[in-house]
Amino acid sequence: MILGVVEHDRGRLEERSLEMLTLGRRLAHELGRPLHAVLVGEEARPLAARLPAFGVSAVHVAGDARLREYAPGAWARTVAALVEAERPAAVLAAGTDRGNEVMAHVAAMRSLPMAANCTEVQPGDAYLVTRLRWGGSLLEEARLSGAVKLLTVAPHAVPAEEAPVPGPPVVHELAPAFTEADLRVRVTGRIEAARGGISLTDARVVISGGRGVGSPEGFKALEELARLLNAAVGCSRVATSLGWRPHADQVGQTGTRIAPELYIACGVSGAIQHMVGCKGAKRILAINTDPEAPILAKADYAVIGDLHAVLPALADAVRKAKGG
Amino acid sequence: MGGEGGSGGWREVPINVLVCVKRVPAAGGKINLTADEQEIDTRHLAFTVSPHEECAAEEAVRLVAAHGGSSTVLTLGPEAAIEQLRDAMALGIERAVLLETDGREWDPMATAAAIVAAVRAQAAAGITFDLLLFGNEAADSGDYQVGIRVAHALDLPCVTGVKALELGDGRVVARREGAGGGWEIFDVPLPAVLTVKEGLNLPRYPSLPGRLRAKKKAIDRIQPERAGGGLEKLRLKRPKERGGQVQVLGRGPEAAPRVVDVLRELGLV
Repeated sequence: MILGVVEHDRGRLEERSLEMLTLGRRLAHELGRPLHAVLVGEEARPLAARLPAFGVSAVHVAGDARLREYAPGAWARTVAALVEAERPAAVLAAGTDRGNEVMAHVAAMRSLPMAANCTEVQPGDAYLVTRLRWGGSLLEEARLSGAVKLLTVAPHAVPAEEAPVPGPPVVHELAPAFTEADLRVRVTGRIEAARGGISLTDARVVISGGRGVGSPEGFKALEELARLLNAAVGCSRVATSLGWRPHADQVGQTGTRIAPELYIACGVSGAIQHMVGCKGAKRILAINTDPEAPILAKADYAVIGDLHAVLPALADAVRKAKGG
Repeated sequence: MGGEGGSGGWREVPINVLVCVKRVPAAGGKINLTADEQEIDTRHLAFTVSPHEECAAEEAVRLVAAHGGSSTVLTLGPEAAIEQLRDAMALGIERAVLLETDGREWDPMATAAAIVAAVRAQAAAGITFDLLLFGNEAADSGDYQVGIRVAHALDLPCVTGVKALELGDGRVVARREGAGGGWEIFDVPLPAVLTVKEGLNLPRYPSLPGRLRAKKKAIDRIQPERAGGGLEKLRLKRPKERGGQVQVLGRGPEAAPRVVDVLRELGLV
């Protein structure tokens, strides 16, 4: 069988897992094997009912109470024990923070290779995988070996597609396989997200500033326009490295990945580190003094000019449009 | 948090920190590949380490300044990676170890095995580490596993994706972005492995005296044995690029009405 590690946070399904199951099902189909899923934690049990829609015929549930809080080592030990018992051809997880983390623990426990953030998988004695490099600016074709193939699926690379199998899934109960040492690292506290303000990941419009903004005060013009458009304000890595903006505002490979309807990049040159963060945007508008800036090659619209002159004029025009 | 350290009346326990970094090209606006599609064409590029690892090095310097102890930077790479070791020493890292390769990329299993062997060799020479810092993932290969593999081999706890940390009482409290938003807190005993993300701190720029001091420092050079891996790079290729058809709406403030037209078309005003 092919085994998918279905991720959740306190019982809430991580949607990227459905993309993972879609790739897993295709792989299972090619190999003529069933697709199974594993759910770690009692709170995840209700998710089992959703999985046959994605081709899952059996679900392994680890319901031990000590798995209530996320503990990467214990999650991984549960998966590793299942791998030992059931010998799946491959184990897949979503290429999220947790998915990559749990899979790396499984890989270390079983001394197996692992390929992170795959977009395509071709089975064989060794698997041929295509995976992300440089956050997706580049792709790598690689050969993944090992008695069991361990891989994670790059987020947003494979659209989730239903392919129902009939009936409710067969549920197998998993006995706890982990030790106290596997629980050494677990979530011992949380700070809930602050409410209020529109987030970079949820905003329909994101307005970012780069080196061209020139100073922390320069971001006022971006914030003013953002208020009018109900947009979030982001920035490039330069702006966080210079201390102009907090790191949480960074759009990029080492910051936040965004997917707004419109991305307005002001004084942002378009380094690949940055473009990885905004490539999910439906449209990009670049405001830049330099018509040769790399971002113009990736943008849909451009205004050539100084953002300090363009943004106030744009804010006025938007005010007029909204008033009229 | 942020490793500023305590200023209470009690004596801090010194901490020995190891920082592992990887030399990568400082890719700017465009990546070009070599003709054999094995590497990035770096003929016109400078080299650096991942932003995550810059923060790891900065954190090591701050922790040792606050608590006492020592800091060591380690890399696996070609002789040229000495440049990245000296960059870290210019920030204030005291010692450096180069696990010297012939320049070919090592897969994550082989890389982790070499680091584990080096940590054990240091321990045999009387140098033990309380904290091993890695970047959450390498900027180039993005394998997300070297730190975790090292932690397992050394039987140490490992927290990944750390964006704030605090030491005290033989433990480290680390914070990372939660899967459901907000922050998750982990509290683990030392020694421990942490993989960190940019945002942990704001790295300083190295001073000129720092650079001069770093130039003179000795570097431990070791030729590690390459263990078998299991993830073999065949070739690199470019993904489908977006865009290509930019519509210039105008120059300067006069372009504002055209931009509003676009906002209307997209249903955003």
